[in-house]
Amino acid sequence: MNEKVLMRGSHVIAESAIRAGCRFYAGYPITPQNEFTEYMASAMAGLEDGTFIQAESEIAAINMVIGASMAGARAMTSSSSPGISLKQEGISFLAAQELPAVIVNTMRGGPGMGNIAPSQGDYFQATRGGGHGDYRTIVLAPGGGQELADLTGKAFDYADRYRTPVVILADGMMGQMMEPVVLHKAVDPAELPPKPWRLSGAAGRPSRYIRSLLLDIAQEEERNWKLARKYDNITREIPRAESYLTEDARLVVVACGTAARIAKGAIKRVREIGLKVGLFRPITLWPYPKRALCELSRSVREYLVFEMNTGQMVEDVKLSLEGRGNVHFYGRPGGSVATPDEIAKVVNSLYHRQRLEEES
Amino acid sequence: MEKKVFERPRYLKKASTHYCPGCGHSILHRLVAEVIEELGIGERTIGVPPAGCAVLAYDYIDVDMGEAPHGRGAALATGIKRVLPDRIVFSYQGDGDIAAIGTAETIHAANRGERITVIFVNNGCYGMTGGQMAPTTVTGQLSTTTPGGRVPLRDGYPVDLSEMLAVAKGTVYIERTSVTSPKNILRTKRAITKAFRTQIDGLGFSLVEVLSPCPTNWKLSPVEAARWAEETMTKTYPLKVIKDLTGTPGQDGN
Ligand code: SF4
Repeated sequence: MNEKVLMRGSHVIAESAIRAGCRFYAGYPITPQNEFTEYMASAMAGLEDGTFIQAESEIAAINMVIGASMAGARAMTSSSSPGISLKQEGISFLAAQELPAVIVNTMRGGPGMGNIAPSQGDYFQATRGGGHGDYRTIVLAPGGGQELADLTGKAFDYADRYRTPVVILADGMMGQMMEPVVLHKAVDPAELPPKPWRLSGAAGRPSRYIRSLLLDIAQEEERNWKLARKYDNITREIPRAESYLTEDARLVVVACGTAARIAKGAIKRVREIGLKVGLFRPITLWPYPKRALCELSRSVREYLVFEMNTGQMVEDVKLSLEGRGNVHFYGRPGGSVATPDEIAKVVNSLYHRQRLEEES
Repeated sequence: MEKKVFERPRYLKKASTHYCPGCGHSILHRLVAEVIEELGIGERTIGVPPAGCAVLAYDYIDVDMGEAPHGRGAALATGIKRVLPDRIVFSYQGDGDIAAIGTAETIHAANRGERITVIFVNNGCYGMTGGQMAPTTVTGQLSTTTPGGRVPLRDGYPVDLSEMLAVAKGTVYIERTSVTSPKNILRTKRAITKAFRTQIDGLGFSLVEVLSPCPTNWKLSPVEAARWAEETMTKTYPLKVIKDLTGTPGQDGN
């Protein structure tokens, strides 16, 4: 019973979360992601086992999620950049206490209050942990449309499987766009794998606790190594990327999320005039799909990283290629959204500057 | 035949605590464990310890526990309780935790009438960090950050969080007690029992504020500290039932 429906992006994520068995949502008003919270309010109200709380702050919202997660629920919160900064203490606790949770960041222009236009300025914050301490979060960057539904389900699966917070990076443009999607079948939360670690009251078993304080240095070091081993597994198991028209490409644009969508439009245009240009679109930003990008470097030398910021993911591209390619950058920060034509021009001039048309 | 008149409560772990001699936490942990046993809720209770001296409460109280970031106990407990409404959820919080960094979380959980119970330990200082001024430090009280004593128009007035919470419509039962004498300890136990009952009956938010000696940071002997709490702290924080909408008899039968 997979129906195709026309929905705005933010609603696709929200509905997909519910269908993935999310039964706890806490959030706080912030533009440009209020439709998401409002959708959750109505959806949870219609579910006997659903909880929606409009929290008094972003901080309270993430801490409610910590509690809900401790109790075993699939729990979620969402916000936009400044609000996500406020949640970072809680995200650090989720990582330390090894609790699953899904956090949606509909990124907006920053730093500070910034503006409410689409941005990718939080790339570093998301992919480098974001809060204090030595940890990472899984970061998923949907390209829009169907992927919003697919990756939201995946986010909850990853969170449970690895007992770690998962961040979905979106932006206002993606959130507003109406697109046809096939929603996933609804999961019955009762049929999800049990969580033997959850807090439920010590009935018929010894009591247990979930904590992050480890005053003993040896214990804290061991916890850090334990997390590191988990992150190694994640890095091996889930990296994902899309390669588009890369087979014969002499230049590859590297972009994620909305930027990748714009880049795709640009690539279609330059292909029409015979330029051999492809797109590499990371879908997991952490772990970064290093290997797939590295493999491209066997046939591609020139890379153009396009981001809606002043240059953040470009560092991961360089770290992945380790010198096996020339990395160029084009950015539009502060909420500016480039058009496919603009990117096509950038691609075109780089293509000719590097004399790629002369290569055989 | 011998009659056992004193034993370790079932929900208190066999461990010696890290608390200083004369510290109120040790007594309070025991009271909480006794009440949990007497109410028969040990297998469905989930506790939320704070940041502060009581962060290790899970080493002593033998029920499921989930540690909260500093000040966030009420929000975290809200999350647990909403997912598991038939469990008994309590947070255990110090004065800095609940009345400074966590004021918003506490007031709003109270205002939503969350069916949780809060044990609020007021010792007038930040104990674990070494005795800095707390929101509850009384006027004139010395602390490491009020070396000449607290001056309200510089440092703020002592915060009476319990009275503030009583204004919130979602709160059902709030009482202030102390653990400075056998009589007060018994009152405290009755108050904790009533607070848990309030939750069991699904009535709303309940809180017990307990004046609790911190001899170490007050730089007093345990006996002097108990006396100071009784004689000086109670002038700012009188022991009383602050709010009771439970419809059941109070401490003094009224
Ligand atoms: S510092 Fe004060 S509150 Fe902390 S354990 Fe010692 S006496 Fe108790």
